Amino acid sequence: MHPFTYSRATDVADAVRDKAGHVASAYIGGGTNLIDLMKMNVEQPAHLVNVAKLPLSKIEDLPDGGLRLGATATNSDTAWNEDVKKRYPLLNQAILAGASPQLRNAATNGGNLMQRTRCYYFYDVATPCNKREPGSGCSAIGGYNRVCGILGTSEACIATHPSDMCVALAALAPTVRVSGPNGERTIAFEDFHRLPGDQPEFDNTLAEGELITSLDLPEKGFAKNFAYLKLRDRHSYAFALVSVAVGLEMDGDTIKEARLALGGVAHKPWRDQSAEDLLKGQPATAETFGRVAAHVVANAVGQGSNDFKIELARRAIVRALKQAAEGQQQAGDMYLGGQ
Amino acid sequence: MSQTNHIGKGPNRVDGPLKVSGTAHYSGEFNVPNLAYGYVVSSPIAKGKIVAIHADEVRALPGVLEVFSHDNVPHLAWFDKSYKDQIAPGGSPFRPLHEPDITFNQQPVALVVADTFELARYAAALLRIDYEQEAHETNLETKRAEGFVPGKGKTGFQPPPPPRGNPDKAWVNATHQMEAEYAHGAQHHNPMELFTTTVEWRGDGQITAYDKTQGVFNVKNYLMGVFGLGKDDVRVVNQFMGGGFGSGLRPQYSVFMGVLAALELKRSVRVTLTRQQMFSIGHRPNTLQVVKMGTNPDGTLAALQHHALHETSQFEDYTENIVNWSGMLYQCDNVKLGYELAKLDIYSPQDMRAPGAASGNVGLEVAMDEMAYAAGLDPLEFRLRNYADRDQNVDKPFSSKKLRECYQQGAAKFGWEKRTQEPRSMRANGKLVGMGMGGGVWDATQNKSAAKALISADGHLTVRSGTGENGTGTYTIMTQIAAETLGLPLEAVTFELGDTDQPEAPIQGGSWTAASVGTAVKNACDALGEKILKLAQKQDDSPLKGAKFDEVEFVNGQLRLRLDHDQAVVLRDVLQASGETQLEADSSATPNMAKQQGYSMHSHNVAFAEVEVDEDLGTIKVTRVVSAVAAGRILNQKTARSQVLGSVIWGLGMALMEETIMDHKFGRYVNHNFAEYHIPVNADIPHIDAIFVHEDDDIVNPLGVKGIGEVGMLGVTAAIANAVFHATGKRVRDLPIMLDKLL
Ligand SMILES: Cc1cc2nc3c(=O)[nH]c(=O)nc-3n(C[C@H](O)[C@H](O)[C@H](O)COP(=O)(O)OP(=O)(O)OC[C@H]3O[C@@H](n4cnc5c(N)ncnc54)[C@H](O)[C@@H]3O)c2cc1C
Ligand code: SF4
Repeated sequence: MHPFTYSRATDVADAVRDKAGHVASAYIGGGTNLIDLMKMNVEQPAHLVNVAKLPLSKIEDLPDGGLRLGATATNSDTAWNEDVKKRYPLLNQAILAGASPQLRNAATNGGNLMQRTRCYYFYDVATPCNKREPGSGCSAIGGYNRVCGILGTSEACIATHPSDMCVALAALAPTVRVSGPNGERTIAFEDFHRLPGDQPEFDNTLAEGELITSLDLPEKGFAKNFAYLKLRDRHSYAFALVSVAVGLEMDGDTIKEARLALGGVAHKPWRDQSAEDLLKGQPATAETFGRVAAHVVANAVGQGSNDFKIELARRAIVRALKQAAEGQQQAGDMYLGGQ
Repeated sequence: MSQTNHIGKGPNRVDGPLKVSGTAHYSGEFNVPNLAYGYVVSSPIAKGKIVAIHADEVRALPGVLEVFSHDNVPHLAWFDKSYKDQIAPGGSPFRPLHEPDITFNQQPVALVVADTFELARYAAALLRIDYEQEAHETNLETKRAEGFVPGKGKTGFQPPPPPRGNPDKAWVNATHQMEAEYAHGAQHHNPMELFTTTVEWRGDGQITAYDKTQGVFNVKNYLMGVFGLGKDDVRVVNQFMGGGFGSGLRPQYSVFMGVLAALELKRSVRVTLTRQQMFSIGHRPNTLQVVKMGTNPDGTLAALQHHALHETSQFEDYTENIVNWSGMLYQCDNVKLGYELAKLDIYSPQDMRAPGAASGNVGLEVAMDEMAYAAGLDPLEFRLRNYADRDQNVDKPFSSKKLRECYQQGAAKFGWEKRTQEPRSMRANGKLVGMGMGGGVWDATQNKSAAKALISADGHLTVRSGTGENGTGTYTIMTQIAAETLGLPLEAVTFELGDTDQPEAPIQGGSWTAASVGTAVKNACDALGEKILKLAQKQDDSPLKGAKFDEVEFVNGQLRLRLDHDQAVVLRDVLQASGETQLEADSSATPNMAKQQGYSMHSHNVAFAEVEVDEDLGTIKVTRVVSAVAAGRILNQKTARSQVLGSVIWGLGMALMEETIMDHKFGRYVNHNFAEYHIPVNADIPHIDAIFVHEDDDIVNPLGVKGIGEVGMLGVTAAIANAVFHATGKRVRDLPIMLDKLL
């Protein structure tokens, strides 16, 4: 770990100014990811701006019927918020499927979006990694890549975005509000994370110095028919091999509207709008689910030790769609270690 | 009623309050004055040479005290023998910072010492080292044809017995046959506590090393040998341990580094390994096994062949007993056991909970399940038909063996009779249900140990022995034994351990501590008791006059005649009347060879497991485990149960998730952290029942204990693997059984 200076920002403007005023600086939220990366010399910021205590921790109604999740609200406070539980139980489930209670108590919503990949090689400075050190090569390609992606990968990087929360967000499609040296702007969640292409060092489209201030959820929360399914190597406290977030709007047995996003398969939370279109107007049957699932993984490419993810994703999609259509899940289920 | 009968009850851990209040000090918690901190730098390559270490750049940082490497390490012991610890395998032990050659990935290559931990860590990150890389080989698959039979080498290693009967012919002629290969990858101990040594510089070349170790004497002897220290120059202390599981059996390089720096800098130094470095200190080796079995028409075993090949380093022939158990767990007249090693560019493996047995048990017990199915028999019935009443490996009877009772009681508790034999025939909650079983056998060993007992005039007893407590309950059971021997309440007894200033005890491992140290403690207390009796008899009106030691007993704070309880004196009165401020006695215990030589001494167990499998998704949930153990006399129901619960969890981890993945391109473990090396968490752990089947056994040792730390792990992994087969009809032979193997 390299030495760094540290300050605690008082408001958003102060945070943005402070960060812009220091080279090699970084925001820090709960620190549950950044500190680990610093200890392993993966990240070496010279200055930290603590944003965890900024007045951005509220969860409040928006005039358009949506809900604003403050960027510094903790993952726990977000999951257990009454409005989230009632109106966006999919988000509650996805957050609770991630990490551990201790981590969720510290982790912030902004930090969750910004967390880095769990690719083994990214964490180990003894091995080449394009994401950590552009141009050094990708060790995961041809190496051990159980945690890596099968969709939207590139020759430079096959890493995945590890968040559970973000998979639900991809399905719920909020906008991300950010503040930076050039003022405020919003980014559609869909456009927030990016595919690796030939610049895997960039996980997302946030510009230098920009601070996430909130996630603004639209009104539609799919609170009745939803599912978050997470498959992993142990029953808790493990990242997703494959996860599926589904939100459906049903008209009897017919799917009126659908959202479908996958985690653990790509460099970004993988929302598939063409699959959503295929679901619309269709009967909620095994046949429909199977067809849509096959469509989602049609272009998936295995990398060796993660080949199984293609079939696993296909089956997980079928299962999650079925669960959502049946309206089986409830907020809080995941807390009991459910799948 | 006696209130000082403690053995066999389940008192709480006597060290529990210290642990939960943070007053139990672990090796990294001795904050001696003027402490410097060392941070180890590890090699990023598996094989090659260090060409240059640019240490001066780092030495120039204010606060950095020194950078140690092969470049500047002073002249240390020359011969291999000085580096050999008590359980070193054959070959040449690894010498840290000895030469520029790199022989395994993450080899420690330098130690940066600074005034603060943070600075040492930072400086270590800056240290530039140039390497010349050579081609390495870390893949056991490539060495299948290059296995070799190791020499005797390591203490405790038993080469497999020679073949008996005609195993090849018997297999060919058998009514039913099976043959299969089983594999598991490397696994690491992963205790929560990192390896840490705090070396206190006492001046004049004398040090005290507070070191995480399972054997303070082993470490002391190693340090004396390597650094040429005298007996009085070095004291090693370890009173608490945050888990060992075998990782602390041999002196680790953390202690070498700490002592080197302290001696050179003449200053106290602490060295703590990182979690990543915890994957460079030995492991359960990647192992390949082939088992062949055949049965007679009546379901008895006609032939059994078991061969194992596992990895070792280039410099040591690490050995463990993998296949031997297969020749003694079941009755079979035609047996062939084979054992080979292959050298790879890795660090030497190291004993890990039930070393050898845990590996071999998976091969044997999954094969037994396969054989039972091939022969059309219920797996429990099949085992009963092949019950061994004698250890055929050595052709001796068992000193005691209640495995049959384990089978019966375990099966009854588990509800084995509800199992239907056909795979895929049971379902619940929309999932496939499977029930499986496996059994195991482990050594009951006693090693030479010494202890000292002291009693003060106020009647408080202190007993000391330089053994270890790695969380198993040593403090508690030794307190129980001492208190019961001298008829005292537990509160009147303090047991002290983990210090080379105490009487010598063996390494804490092999499940022999209860038997070895327990017997020494009992002997020391008996010796003290004899002195107390003599004192009592000196009193004019003593009712015990003329009584021999075996005619008296210590109960409820009194010393009395066994046959006439009214003839009693109060222990404290005796001590006070004597005018002595303290009485003490030393004793040691060695196994009674004459008594033992006619017997095979082992503990046994059986585990039954139930799983639910989601067939579409491949997910496995272990829903119940029953483990029945026959390990002689149980000293403490609570700590023994905890040992079995922990063992079952270990077995579950081995079955379903634990594996250290080697990337052969780099010859480096890639999941060397707790996020990606998965050990079971609460959500994975089912309801576990532990059953103890009592055995009376005065052959193993006077206490009749066999040790409980390892046997409980056996059978579990196989039981889960067999349950998965029963549930799904899929036989997974390479562990761990992760969901993709069931898709
Ligand atoms: C062992 C372990 C297991 C885990 N398991 C899971 C899991 O199963 N599923 C899962 O989803 N997650 C898991 N996590 C990850 C956890 O969810 C993240 O670490 C956490 O969400 C990060 O939030 P934080 O506030 O601590 O971020 P920090 O560590 O503080 O920061 C992370 C990054 O975000 C940036 N950042 C922080 N706040 C802002 C902001 N407001 N604007 C812009 N940038 C910002 C920082 O600069 C940094 O780059 C696990 C973590 C660990 C350590
Ligand atoms: S997949 Fe991406 S993160 Fe992993 S090694 Fe390759 S470049 Fe690095």
